[in-house]
Amino acid sequence: MSALMTPEQVDMSVRVGGLMLRNPVMPASGTFAEGLAQVFDFNRLGALVTKTITRELRAGNPLPRVVESPSGLINAIGIPSKGVPYFINDVLPLYAAYEAPLVVSISAPTAEGFASLAAELSIPGVAAIEANISCPNIEEDGKAFAMSPQATENVTRQLRAATGLPLWVKLTPNTGNIADVAKAAEASGADAAVVANTILSMAINLKTFRPSLGNVMGGLSGPAIKPIVLRQVFQCARAINIPVIGCGGISTAADAVEYLLAGATAVQVGTASFIQPAAMTTIIDDLKAFCIQREISRVSDLIGAVVVEEADEVDVSWVDPVQ
Amino acid sequence: MNSLDHVSRTAHWKPTIVAERALIVAHTAVNGEYRHLIVECGDEAASALPGQFFQLLCPQPAGEQSFLRRPMSVYGVDPARRRVEFLYKVAGVGTRGLDTLKVGDTLDLMGPLGVGFTLDPGLRNIAVVGRGAGLATLAPLAGACRARGIGVTAILSARRPDLLMSIELFESHGAEVITVTDSEQTSGPANVERILRHLISQDRCDAFFTCGSSRLLRVQQRLAHEFGLSGEIAMEQQMACGIGLCHCCVRDFNVKGEIVSKRVCWDGPVFDMMQALP
Repeated sequence: MSALMTPEQVDMSVRVGGLMLRNPVMPASGTFAEGLAQVFDFNRLGALVTKTITRELRAGNPLPRVVESPSGLINAIGIPSKGVPYFINDVLPLYAAYEAPLVVSISAPTAEGFASLAAELSIPGVAAIEANISCPNIEEDGKAFAMSPQATENVTRQLRAATGLPLWVKLTPNTGNIADVAKAAEASGADAAVVANTILSMAINLKTFRPSLGNVMGGLSGPAIKPIVLRQVFQCARAINIPVIGCGGISTAADAVEYLLAGATAVQVGTASFIQPAAMTTIIDDLKAFCIQREISRVSDLIGAVVVEEADEVDVSWVDPVQ
Repeated sequence: MNSLDHVSRTAHWKPTIVAERALIVAHTAVNGEYRHLIVECGDEAASALPGQFFQLLCPQPAGEQSFLRRPMSVYGVDPARRRVEFLYKVAGVGTRGLDTLKVGDTLDLMGPLGVGFTLDPGLRNIAVVGRGAGLATLAPLAGACRARGIGVTAILSARRPDLLMSIELFESHGAEVITVTDSEQTSGPANVERILRHLISQDRCDAFFTCGSSRLLRVQQRLAHEFGLSGEIAMEQQMACGIGLCHCCVRDFNVKGEIVSKRVCWDGPVFDMMQALP
């Protein structure tokens, strides 16, 4: 450890899409609930992010809802939701006790549905809206708004008109050019882009010859997807000026640093909490230790600090002719 | 590094669920299928109650990979010596990994988790009805009942007599043990019902505690309904997080005529037997 810096001298705060966060680490939607309050103090987190709320009551997908994959997990939970009144009356009060800002994740089957839900949830106790326009399980065959810049532009514009709260838009990795989608979100008023979500995938059970998931297809998360989403964060951060929040396979502080270097302003941790329930607080501690060791006084100095020489300019045409 | 500012700011805060590396102090084969594992752990883990469970981060067996933790019900706890016991069947990649652990190794365990059994102070005698791996989950009831002066009759079911477990454990706590097996053709629902009706007629069954058999669940539900008795059941389901986050382990329950989805890991794994759907 350096003799030059003490833990108190590391400024861990970051400004993300209209919010000042104590540190850049927060949960990914769908992997966070009151159970973790028995594992660590929620006030240690940069922000709290709810499971996705829908207006309609949703039972969720048929079982099995998860299957293991090498270094990852495929899930098709299906966004079970008890609706808006339940959230306001029974869930929101649980989070009122914490200083960490509460980000409410929402989803809807239409752009109008997104907008009306955002308006209804723009209430005291909610610090920001995260529009989950990317969940691959929501619509038939895994289609989602964030697969196209046009649909993203439309839903974001309507959301922007519906809420004065900071608006984060959660993009899907399951699209041809995510930077174009991120640009559409920025142009239509998003305050931040969450990049990304699970990668549409599948597994088949060799005993039964049936799909391993009740929903046939699901979303892959965990360390297996980190290099892919890291690349997408890098592409999005170069394309837009609003903050990018990295989300994909982060399970250690080293992963978080990579995301910050690639251009993320903050990170979301999801599947890692299933393996180590205190993963987020461990990442916060280790991220601070990294800053001390490297004599970095502000964690925000890491954002976008990846060194890419002019001569190394990215050329993906040879690896992906589609682009 | 531990960031001191956080430690001081949250000094009042203490976790009740921990993930820690526990030391293996004993690991033996009970029979061809089952292993008995004893670990030394911290105070929180060693405060686990009957019916609660842990999420074990199993070692990777040679040539195989697991990603998630594996849920494992508590077979025994010793708070004074800070020990937790597990009894498990070697069945899949997770338990094959567990089977490689040697005394002196460590095992990353997370818990205690879930809602365990409740022993109503008014209970005088209970029937414990378990089958297969369910016997491990029910075993801690033996000691808990003895400490509360509750009489126990344990009906233990298995495919064969050599696969019956926990007989000595139940007997050592003063329980009467009745064994039924498939190979002896005594494990069918009709015979178990006959045994339970006899217990009820002798006023030796105020409540049922069960795990491991849908057929035996139905028998007990019918008898509980007929005689106005209560019961609890420990249920299993594939889990990912084990702490109520992911909603992958849901089951449907009949709550006063309404079908309600509950998380086995967080709302259970022990539930009101009368709400359980086989």
